[in-house]
Amino acid sequence: MAMASAPSAVRGGARDSRQASGGFDWFLIVAILGVVAVTVRVLLFTPMELRQGLAQKIFYLHVPAAILSLYFAVVPASIVSGLYLWLKDPRLDRIAESLAEVGVMFCTVVLCTGPFWGKPIWGTFWQWEARLTSTLFLWFVLIGYLVLRGAVDQPESRARLSAVVAVMAGFLVPFIHLTVYMFNTLHPMPVVLTPNPMEQNLSPEMRQSFLWSLLAFFVLYCALVRNRYAWATARDIQLLEDQA
Amino acid sequence: MGRRVAGNRSGGYASPMLSEVALHAHELVRRFGGRTAVKNVSLALGAGECLALFGPNGAGKTTLLRMLGGQIKPNTGHVALHGHRLPGTAATRNLVGLISHHTMLYTALTALENVQFAAECHGMRNARAAAMFALERLGVSARADTAVRTLSRGLQQRVSIARALVHGPRLVLLDEPYTGLDETGARALTRALQELLGVGATLVLVTHHLSEGLALASRAAVMLEGQLVRVDEAPADGFDAGSYSALYRSLVVREVG
Amino acid sequence: MSHPTEQANPPAELPYAPPGFLRDAMRVARKDLLIEFRTRSAFIAAAVFALLSAAIFRFTWDPSAVSTLDLAPGVLWVIFAFSGILGLHRSFGIELADRALDALLASPMSRESVFAGKALANLAFIGCVQTLALPAVGLFFNLPSGKLWVGVAAASLLAAIGFVAIGTLFAAITANIRMAELMLPMLALPFFIPIIIPAAQATALLINGRPVSEAADYLKMLAGFDILFVTASTLVFPFTLEE
Repeated sequence: MAMASAPSAVRGGARDSRQASGGFDWFLIVAILGVVAVTVRVLLFTPMELRQGLAQKIFYLHVPAAILSLYFAVVPASIVSGLYLWLKDPRLDRIAESLAEVGVMFCTVVLCTGPFWGKPIWGTFWQWEARLTSTLFLWFVLIGYLVLRGAVDQPESRARLSAVVAVMAGFLVPFIHLTVYMFNTLHPMPVVLTPNPMEQNLSPEMRQSFLWSLLAFFVLYCALVRNRYAWATARDIQLLEDQA
Repeated sequence: MGRRVAGNRSGGYASPMLSEVALHAHELVRRFGGRTAVKNVSLALGAGECLALFGPNGAGKTTLLRMLGGQIKPNTGHVALHGHRLPGTAATRNLVGLISHHTMLYTALTALENVQFAAECHGMRNARAAAMFALERLGVSARADTAVRTLSRGLQQRVSIARALVHGPRLVLLDEPYTGLDETGARALTRALQELLGVGATLVLVTHHLSEGLALASRAAVMLEGQLVRVDEAPADGFDAGSYSALYRSLVVREVG
Repeated sequence: MSHPTEQANPPAELPYAPPGFLRDAMRVARKDLLIEFRTRSAFIAAAVFALLSAAIFRFTWDPSAVSTLDLAPGVLWVIFAFSGILGLHRSFGIELADRALDALLASPMSRESVFAGKALANLAFIGCVQTLALPAVGLFFNLPSGKLWVGVAAASLLAAIGFVAIGTLFAAITANIRMAELMLPMLALPFFIPIIIPAAQATALLINGRPVSEAADYLKMLAGFDILFVTASTLVFPFTLEE
């Protein structure tokens, strides 16, 4: 039922939550339908951008994914982890874990769609421009967070240590932006179109499509996080039962 | 055998004979994830008393010890040492000494450097002299300038004991201290601990060596699955290792079987 | 067994000095450095790595394609990052080998002072490695000599402060887990990027003969990073220890 490209955890989560609730994860189904609907709208009912052509359509996926992975995954995970260190509530740890995993998914989407959008536009698959580079390093940080969780066996230590890393990552985010920006201002980009949504020449229909796309992916994001959280809760309950 | 003080499952304790309660633990509970390692343990010890704590592996003895020393916090309940709640201030931490089968030493440094460092960490002003004195009491002063790495296990353990006692703690927590000690070392340790009891320190001793543990103990307890199932006061002429051993086996077998 | 100064009784009432942050930190730092001096293993590994890397970069470089002045800053700071990491792991490795950390934490010293002491020791470690690496790169890549090296040294110091703050923290996090020696670089390197980039930029400016004032912006960035991350690491460090 989950997207074919979803990590196994989420796939399993849909299965588990289906088993747990005895039914389907309706929220996730609706979210996926929403994304399908928006995709149809973008491909068929949104005008083609003059200079970039078909490749520009990736913008409707790439930018929402970037916004979501940064502002709705990394930053909240950092804050939630800080709360965990203060309150020691295991639910907060599970939320952070879910945010990070879904965040990695979306971050990967950004990094994969970037080159496909960039090649026809820039002429190369990769550019060390501020946003893409920042996303790359955030991807490393998120992967590090998840690998760390995999390397610690004891649940309390795992929650505590990964929370520390997440809190530090929250401090890191503005600094990565700043340093990459400074790096770029000294190495001027070749004069080509930069895939900056603010600089895009968007017609009203395109702008609308973008907002719909953002909304649809946001709903999908929430559905995935919720699903992942349910899976994590089921896993922890199972762990307690095994120990007892 | 000894006056039996408490045998109910929830632990229970009796007031010490001496007027001052040095160590007071009240209904300690500690969980790790879903597992409860220590279930509702209470005890009170006075100055100059030694509690010998026996029990099978996994009974929760080490966890209890770490709570008594203030290294970890209980989920519920509290520990008070000479009236101070634990974990306490820096001054309270000066009252505690830790000895375990891990030496807690830096193997690249010499015996003297290790013990002197510990003394300095505890704020002692004449740390070097105190360190030398501690090493002498344990009979290892001849090896003061040898790297710990090159010492035998028994000598390392003695240096570790010197490290733990150099600042004159009022409460000493011992987790299997006799591991790896030969006869000379074991005697040196027992002697040092008896001196400590003589000046009014309180000891909690976890060990599998029944005879050594009972030799020092004014009280003996058995811990099973997180609870103190049995606490006995020492009779006037000390515990009898043979009969206590039989008692211990009966308790443990009863649980397992 | 009588010692000339042996006392029959324990030393009389020992006055305990109250814990002092700086004094405690220096004591821990001195202890760590003494241990490193005795074993020297991590320092030799880091120094050899730095010198070898500089040599390898030199030999794999095509002078007609890239000038030394363009290549050297990158080489310098790559060496800085990776040789620095070699010294970090042992920071808590020595504490865990025989559980010496338990005794350290049971003492009246605050956790923050233990952290500061270990970070200071790591700072000294990196300083020693850099003292070898900087001249080596300068030599191998025929970099100009002169006052510019004061600026480079300043950048090194500022970078090292942020580096050890983060590195010591992550060393504490990864000390007791599986694949510890892999996890430490994996977690820490993304955090080193905001240090390496400004430092490399500043170095590039300086060896190209630009005045220090132009590099000052980058040095200020490094200082800002240091203040933030030294504070954050110190505050967050106690959470890496079990309680």
